Amino acid sequence: MKRIDAIFLAGQAAQAQDALLVSNIGFPSRELCSVMDRPHNFYMLGSMGLASSIGLGLALAGPERKVIVLDGDGSVLMNLGTLATIAHHAPENYLLVILDNCCYGSTGSQPTCTHLGTDLFALAKAAGIKNVKKVDQADDLPQVLQGQGVVIVKVEAGNAAVPIISLSPEEIIERFMRCARPAARS
Amino acid sequence: MNPSLAVYQGMKRAGINFAASVPCVNLQELLASINEDGQIVHVPVTREEEGVGLCAGAWMGGLRPALLMQNSGLGNSINALASLDMLYGIPLLMIISHRGGQGEPVIGQVPMGQLTAPLLDAMAIPHFSPRLADAEETVAGAWSRAYASRRPVAVLLDLDFWRAK
Repeated sequence: MKRIDAIFLAGQAAQAQDALLVSNIGFPSRELCSVMDRPHNFYMLGSMGLASSIGLGLALAGPERKVIVLDGDGSVLMNLGTLATIAHHAPENYLLVILDNCCYGSTGSQPTCTHLGTDLFALAKAAGIKNVKKVDQADDLPQVLQGQGVVIVKVEAGNAAVPIISLSPEEIIERFMRCARPAARS
Repeated sequence: MNPSLAVYQGMKRAGINFAASVPCVNLQELLASINEDGQIVHVPVTREEEGVGLCAGAWMGGLRPALLMQNSGLGNSINALASLDMLYGIPLLMIISHRGGQGEPVIGQVPMGQLTAPLLDAMAIPHFSPRLADAEETVAGAWSRAYASRRPVAVLLDLDFWRAK
């Protein structure tokens, strides 16, 4: 499946569950913004590697609200310790979706170690995360997005032709926090 | 007054209710207090940069975050402090055990010890190095400043601070 199709399904699942959605730096955020922009989306513009950590902080701060994180293989490899932290601290309302295209898609598709066989599913399991799933087909994704834990989604390399996000960092966080803070919760 | 208790009371006065940490030997009592405090969500992390991410998420979710670490961890956090906290305007209280100064027994601590204040200055991150008598006030004030200015603020606690009685 194409990454943008997986991202669209994640956006739909987040909307259906009134979930917060943290999206990784680069093309994934641009693709999400173009197919399913919501104020509940936090678009990362920097700090590569920290999507899963930002989402975990959100999930711990608001245990009654589902948090979905869209991360990538390259970014998770940059912050592998996050898997151990998630194993020991992630609450029930947390789902980390790792879109694995085996390359650094936003910088010219240089291969990551998953291209050479590094197994993020096995790493997540070995870190102690109980609920780890693997999805190859788009049809199987919606159901998995209802759950929690970690899911590794195999996607094709390549980016969709989508524009740069026109929102400023201030606009992104201001509208996101109106959704994320306790007073804003329904 | 004990140094760890003074910092803890400053954090409580500031209303800190979320903490991410990487340990330093000088932070052990403080970390134990935070761990036992049912009003503070405490997440030990594997690397300080990860803690910057967690604290940013906790802030956006409505909590008041602090990151506890050794100054070596500042070096591991620079990009996240700049391209997450400073970019979006996210406040953070950093409680930093400042090693590598006067009386440091571990030579490996010296280079980052000397670079800590210059790195913070280069990033325009305010930093304070209180003595025991004003530590509680300084910690509480550092959070107020972080909150008001929507950026990270650091409290540097050097070897003399931890030795004070």
